[in-house]
Amino acid sequence: MTAHTLPAPNHAAVEFFDVVKRYGSGSTEVRALNGVSLRIEPGEFVAIMGPSGCGKSTLLHLAGGMEDPSAGRVYVAGRDVADMDVTDRAALRRREVGYVFQRLNLLASLTALENVSLPLELEGVGVRQARAEAREALAAVGLDHHLDRFPDDFSGGQQQRIAIARSIVGRRGVLLADEPTGSLDTATSDAVIELLAELPVRHGTAVVLVTHEPRFASWADRVVFLRDGRVVDDTARTVARSGLGAVS
Amino acid sequence: MAVREGLLALLDEGPRYGYQLKTEFEAATGGVWPLNVGQVYTTLDRLERDGLVEVRGGAEGAQSQKTYAITTDGVAALGAWWEAVPSDDPPPRDELMLKVLMAIERGDDHALKVVTNQRTVLLSLLQAKRRERRVMSDDSFASKLVTDALILRAEADLRWLDSCEEQLQTRLRAGGTTRPTRKADR
Repeated sequence: MTAHTLPAPNHAAVEFFDVVKRYGSGSTEVRALNGVSLRIEPGEFVAIMGPSGCGKSTLLHLAGGMEDPSAGRVYVAGRDVADMDVTDRAALRRREVGYVFQRLNLLASLTALENVSLPLELEGVGVRQARAEAREALAAVGLDHHLDRFPDDFSGGQQQRIAIARSIVGRRGVLLADEPTGSLDTATSDAVIELLAELPVRHGTAVVLVTHEPRFASWADRVVFLRDGRVVDDTARTVARSGLGAVS
Repeated sequence: MAVREGLLALLDEGPRYGYQLKTEFEAATGGVWPLNVGQVYTTLDRLERDGLVEVRGGAEGAQSQKTYAITTDGVAALGAWWEAVPSDDPPPRDELMLKVLMAIERGDDHALKVVTNQRTVLLSLLQAKRRERRVMSDDSFASKLVTDALILRAEADLRWLDSCEEQLQTRLRAGGTTRPTRKADR
């Protein structure tokens, strides 16, 4: 028997077990999540939809280990987030889970390549290695030219690609995207979502996209609907229910 | 149904046989609007009766040998159709809307369930259409445009269901509505 436990080889990318997240207490208590169970496989593209205040963003924060559940368990890459200390969580955010937000947060004084390699360099990866991985991530999002230019030299769509490259660099297994197309025009938004849809297929990344746009959600393999902190429906279930058949 | 105008539009390009009109109509509409040949001849008979098309050649023979041509009146009628803007006729009555409105009659909780279910099914269909659209070849231009129309309509329906959900939730949080009295409740 091995002395240490390894995650099961078939672990989910992200798994929620009856997760509750409360903010405030007593009469001001708000249950942002109220008993959510959800399993997201490696290489799966899942969209999360629901009205504002339904718990979509909270779900992403928990999936990334940025917050702890009030009850229930959250597993990321086979590990219980509650068992992780501060160092483990920092490593989780830098090595396992990437984020893309509506605001890009690219550093204006660093080149495209430097922006993408920065997370690895902060992790202690040598510059040469970090840059090589950054080039690979940028190539994955379709950028292989002018990497020595600064973010402002790129269009909005290209900047979002750089941000996505930064969030997947180092072959992270999970990409969490919160309304990533908010500031982009329709055609550019479509291109960004198409790119997100390719990541699971080409690189096995699990992508979790929070959106209020049916247009973007329909690119996903699966759409989960939240309301009042609960999962009210899931297209994975509908397929079985309506006999639409496998749509993959 | 705009089959009449569709046939006139095809005849405006030159005289055609009935069967030819059927196949050209179906090709132009991306295969989503199949016509049976009987329907084509019935429509042509009416167009002939109204003086919008005339039979040229084969008039005495079998229907399938007749050639149809557009008349001056037909050209004018077609011109008016291109220019006409869609009116309120037919009124905006579709099954989805009826279903949600009827569900609200039964109570907001029930309506929310119906909205949720309809939305999930519609999104699954949208996913399927989106996948279909991605692999469509360049030679199926009409089919692509038709699929785009179906995608955009599904998106519009989904937005409407989202809006229903938000408003139903707001109403439920504010204490809900008194459930309307129905026969079954008495």
